Amino acid sequence: MAFLKVNNITKSFGELNVLKGIDFSLEKGQVLSLIGSSGSGKTTLLRCLNFLETPDSGTVTVREKTVFDAKRTSKPSLREMRENQLKFGMVFQSFNLFPQHSIRKNLTLAASLIEKERLKKAHASRADIHTAMERIDQHANEVLAQVGLSDKADSYPYQLSGGQCQRAAIARALMLSPDILCFDEPTSALDPELTGEVLRVIRGLRSEDRTMIIVTHEMEFARHVSDRVIFMADGVIAEEGTPEEIFEHPKNEKLQAFLSHTKETSFQED
Amino acid sequence: MTFARINAMLLEGFGTSCQLFLLTLVLSLPLGLIIMFGSTCKFTPLRWLTRTFVWIIRGTPLMLQLFVVFYVPGMLFHMHLFPSGPEGRFAAALTAFVINYACYFSEIYRGGFGSITRGQYEAAQVLGMTRWETFRHVILMQVVKRLLPPMSNEIITLVKDTSLARTIMVAEIFFINETEILTKGIVWPLFYIGVFFLIFVGALTLLFNYLEKKLSYYKV
Ligand SMILES: Nc1ncnc2c1ncn2[C@@H]1O[C@H](COP(=O)(O)OP(=O)(O)OP(=O)(O)O)[C@@H](O)[C@H]1O
Ligand SMILES: [Mg+2]
Repeated sequence: MAFLKVNNITKSFGELNVLKGIDFSLEKGQVLSLIGSSGSGKTTLLRCLNFLETPDSGTVTVREKTVFDAKRTSKPSLREMRENQLKFGMVFQSFNLFPQHSIRKNLTLAASLIEKERLKKAHASRADIHTAMERIDQHANEVLAQVGLSDKADSYPYQLSGGQCQRAAIARALMLSPDILCFDEPTSALDPELTGEVLRVIRGLRSEDRTMIIVTHEMEFARHVSDRVIFMADGVIAEEGTPEEIFEHPKNEKLQAFLSHTKETSFQED
Repeated sequence: MTFARINAMLLEGFGTSCQLFLLTLVLSLPLGLIIMFGSTCKFTPLRWLTRTFVWIIRGTPLMLQLFVVFYVPGMLFHMHLFPSGPEGRFAAALTAFVINYACYFSEIYRGGFGSITRGQYEAAQVLGMTRWETFRHVILMQVVKRLLPPMSNEIITLVKDTSLARTIMVAEIFFINETEILTKGIVWPLFYIGVFFLIFVGALTLLFNYLEKKLSYYKV
């Protein structure tokens, strides 16, 4: 069975049917790009996966475990909700870093809260908790190095450029090692000259056990980074395939129109 | 009346003013939070009720509210909420002050919490934080930073508003002063009182400046 399986997800806001039955699955380590015109429901789909919206129907399964089922009536326990939540990570268009915390604290906050709670339940000694916190700090240093922000650990978000903020936000999501890392237009809020550094970091994250879903308007990037591409139109998956199939041989009329309207972007290979 | 005697009376009034100030603050800060929950509640009737109440309290003079709290229950319903004597008067004044300031504070809180973007809550949620952790580690300090300037204005106003308690004969510092001036023609307590307020407000201003500076290490 697939690593991530999304089954017949629908979502409407009042009269507006935004998602009209989304089905797809993803293997471990695959990178999926979600493309489509504005308003086609890409953000809503990511938000549904991250429990920021509740779908009206459908199921989501990660590693054979059903993390969401619209038919389920009993409310999951807080622990289960947190577990399910942490299977997904999310990088927002607008970063949403915590302004009052240093970059390091932004990275370590959630991890240390979770670890502290776990250790306290296990009646760990203060020394154990201290070592655990040091381990998290160490991990944060590694992740910061990975996104090229080692020298910004003690800076505050307002002192960083947009591209650096987004890289810090990516690092923050990486800290919790989610099964599936989602990006919602990670470069749309950035000046064009800053998109390259962020896209390069995302591309560098590709690895056998990092599964990613990326909503993007950067077609060049989508073509190079993805294993699979989904084109959404009006709340349905209009076409799905490999980057070659989608970008070289698009069959769907809407996709053909979409591609011819989307101007080539400035993402540079290096 | 000797200098020492007037001095003693002024100090007593000073004590009453400080007491009124501190008790009002301690009680109305949390009460304001509760009122804010009412005025942002999803349950519409409660929300409207709270907002109407806040509108009335903020829309009428504090002096009128002092009168209403102290006299109206007795006049209309023959209920004596407050015992006679200075303690009763003080309790009545405190009640009116707490209600009044809680309403002002609730609006300040509402503005503070309203200014936190949804993205902050969502970022905390996707990181697996509970609601309490989110409040404690993400929201609180951001709200405090935004609340500080309007809060300090309001608290300084409260210092000076304590003088209104004399409308129901609470012997705060100004009340005593007035008695002296009118009956004895002694003017110096006026300066005394001015200095009292200046020092009080000055100390608070320094405190708030210090706190604002402490929180200026980051920008939103
Ligand atoms: N909370 C909401 N309440 C009401 N309508 C909403 C809400 N969120 C999204 N919508 C609507 O749902 C539709 C799809 O929105 P969505 O943000 O998913 O599109 P998108 O594909 O991400 O577009 P874009 O490329 O512009 O980001 C839009 O018409 C939008 O107005
Ligand atoms: Mg979107």
